Amino acid sequence: METYALELIQNGKRIDKREFTQFRNIEIKDSVIDTAEGSAYVRMGNTQVIVGVKMGIGTPFPDTPNEGILSVSAEFTPLASPEFESGPPGEDAVELARIIDRGIRESKTIEMEKLVITPGEKVRSVFIDIYIIDNQGNLLDAAALAALSALLSARMPKLDVEGNIIRGEHEGKLSVVHKPITVSVCKVGDKLFLDPTKEEESILDAKLSIAVSEDDKICAMQKQGSKGIEFDMLEKMIDIAIEKSRELRKLVK
Amino acid sequence: MTKKSDTELIISGIRKDKRLPEQTREIKMKIGNIVSANGSAEVSFGNTVALASVHGPRPLFPRHLQESQKGILRVRYNMAPFSVVDRKSPGPDRRSTEISKVTRLALEPALFLDDYPKVTVDGFVEIIQADGSTRVTGINALSLALASAGIPMKDLVTACSVGKINGTLVVDLNGEEDNNSEADVAFAIIPNRNLVSLLQMDGILTKEELIQLLELAKRTCKKIYEMQREALLEKYKGEE
Amino acid sequence: MKVREIVLPGDLLDERKGRKLGNGVYEENDKVFSKFLGVPRINENEMSVIPLSGTYLPRFGDRVIGIIESVEVSGWFVDINSPYSAFLPLSEGVDEFVDLQRSELTRYFDVGDIVFCKLSKVTKNKTVQASMRDFESRKLRSGVVLKVTPTKIPRIIGKEGSMIMMIKNKTECEIVTGQNGLVWIKGENKDNAIEAILMIEKESHTIGLTEKIEKMLGE
Repeated sequence: METYALELIQNGKRIDKREFTQFRNIEIKDSVIDTAEGSAYVRMGNTQVIVGVKMGIGTPFPDTPNEGILSVSAEFTPLASPEFESGPPGEDAVELARIIDRGIRESKTIEMEKLVITPGEKVRSVFIDIYIIDNQGNLLDAAALAALSALLSARMPKLDVEGNIIRGEHEGKLSVVHKPITVSVCKVGDKLFLDPTKEEESILDAKLSIAVSEDDKICAMQKQGSKGIEFDMLEKMIDIAIEKSRELRKLVK
Repeated sequence: MTKKSDTELIISGIRKDKRLPEQTREIKMKIGNIVSANGSAEVSFGNTVALASVHGPRPLFPRHLQESQKGILRVRYNMAPFSVVDRKSPGPDRRSTEISKVTRLALEPALFLDDYPKVTVDGFVEIIQADGSTRVTGINALSLALASAGIPMKDLVTACSVGKINGTLVVDLNGEEDNNSEADVAFAIIPNRNLVSLLQMDGILTKEELIQLLELAKRTCKKIYEMQREALLEKYKGEE
Repeated sequence: MKVREIVLPGDLLDERKGRKLGNGVYEENDKVFSKFLGVPRINENEMSVIPLSGTYLPRFGDRVIGIIESVEVSGWFVDINSPYSAFLPLSEGVDEFVDLQRSELTRYFDVGDIVFCKLSKVTKNKTVQASMRDFESRKLRSGVVLKVTPTKIPRIIGKEGSMIMMIKNKTECEIVTGQNGLVWIKGENKDNAIEAILMIEKESHTIGLTEKIEKMLGE
């Protein structure tokens, strides 16, 4: 079926009859995991991702004594695909986590100074855990959408007078001040398209994933895929990403 | 292991979450939620949610693990870091290693593995939200995933938890009850054959209490089995 | 939507009454049970269950579509959409005399080639040998290969080939079905043929499917 997908794209069509810049059906549900401080489930076509946000207490990094801790990790659990193996995250999972981390961190989506409890000693930590449930293509865009929705739904655990967490009680929401959206633009020859299915992903030449904030600024970018991208195509790809990000952002509360 | 019995979990025969002793939490079952797998299911008992998927039968490497006369079943049980209130580090720990093993042993007797020499059927259980009785929820889900993957089976496998809290025998323990019980039992049965394939117990019970609990478990599994049947038939009927 | 009767693993079908046991059933104390979630086939002579899903298990005599996965010294390994690969020996794949000192096997079949072949040997522990000696076996050039649940192939073929003939006629495509769940399609209107076949796979257990497909292709 992969060669068929390639043939179709080269002729300007897609297996599921979508337009090249059209995303599959997207469903977003937030606060789906009761045990997490924030969470979201995203379905993009048949790709499914769950993100859980857990908050705790930690010691700040020495070079940023006045900032909380942000940590993003991704699990490509073997449940989600015959190609995923058990064990510590492979390079794809590590890469995905790091791209999403940069998108959130560089855009200053979370107000990290507001996470300080005692400067230099005690800060709040935010763990974003990305769980792939079904891999049917375009994991990055789906995971980024889920991570953002999860953060927006996150409530901060209440602290007692000594600065320890009182489980089960909350004091306000996590301060999320930006909404970066990631759009991965795929390339086959001179054709550009969005939201690849699993089959389409296996035949593309290259992919450029771009995180765009609500003021149309780029806050992260990553090229993937085994072939190069012609320099002159870059601008067009960025334009496509910016335009699409506005549309996707409307889906996030 | 001694259990605390000073927390008030039952008052006048009603449990803290308003259930009667022999009442399970709300049970939901869904089949085929994971397109990338040969078979999949999602089962929830109250707030405990388990996803299960099956890849296979597929070739088994390294070859020295192959059994030339029949296939093997491999199971990986895992809990997501956000599934519990105090975040759990990703990856297997000793508890999940043990649960992977007992889950496999709970399901193996129900499979016809001699139809598939030299290959493996890989089953995966992920707990995405935990509130007690996670392993039995996982077994119920994986049993459905195996059937929907077209793995030949003698029968489905049905599981539930039973236990004793504040002196009362109960069914389907939630997280708080589990942590404060005088005893808890994980039970799985091959329903039409009455074969028990999982039996684990923690705590202190008299023999009479234990027998009563086992009867209770069997009765409860009968009801859960009907739901599993419904879920499988449902999947293939109204699909329009 | 009307469906045929469906049974679950462990369901009691009937007492054996001396009948032949086909695929998908097992016997205990003269009672016959289903091994699968599937559709039961019970008559006076035989009892079997057709699973609604599952992986292809090679059987002697099956005609399958395979993809060459490796070239060996004296033959090729063929991916037949099963956890078991088939081996196509040189003597079963090529008619003429081949001087191994002078010729490369890739001249005949190379990795990625699609072939229609017959399973000439399947041992008890599933070592499989393929053959292309019969006149129906051949290399399938260009076209696309579709993967469906193997147990749905008979439905796609239809009673005495009626369904597949209808699809071939209406779409003017060349179509070859393998009992291992692979379908090869070639032609300008292959999109329509693919759509029809996928619809049959999804709704194979319903009644009134033939009319529905006919209507869809008529457009």
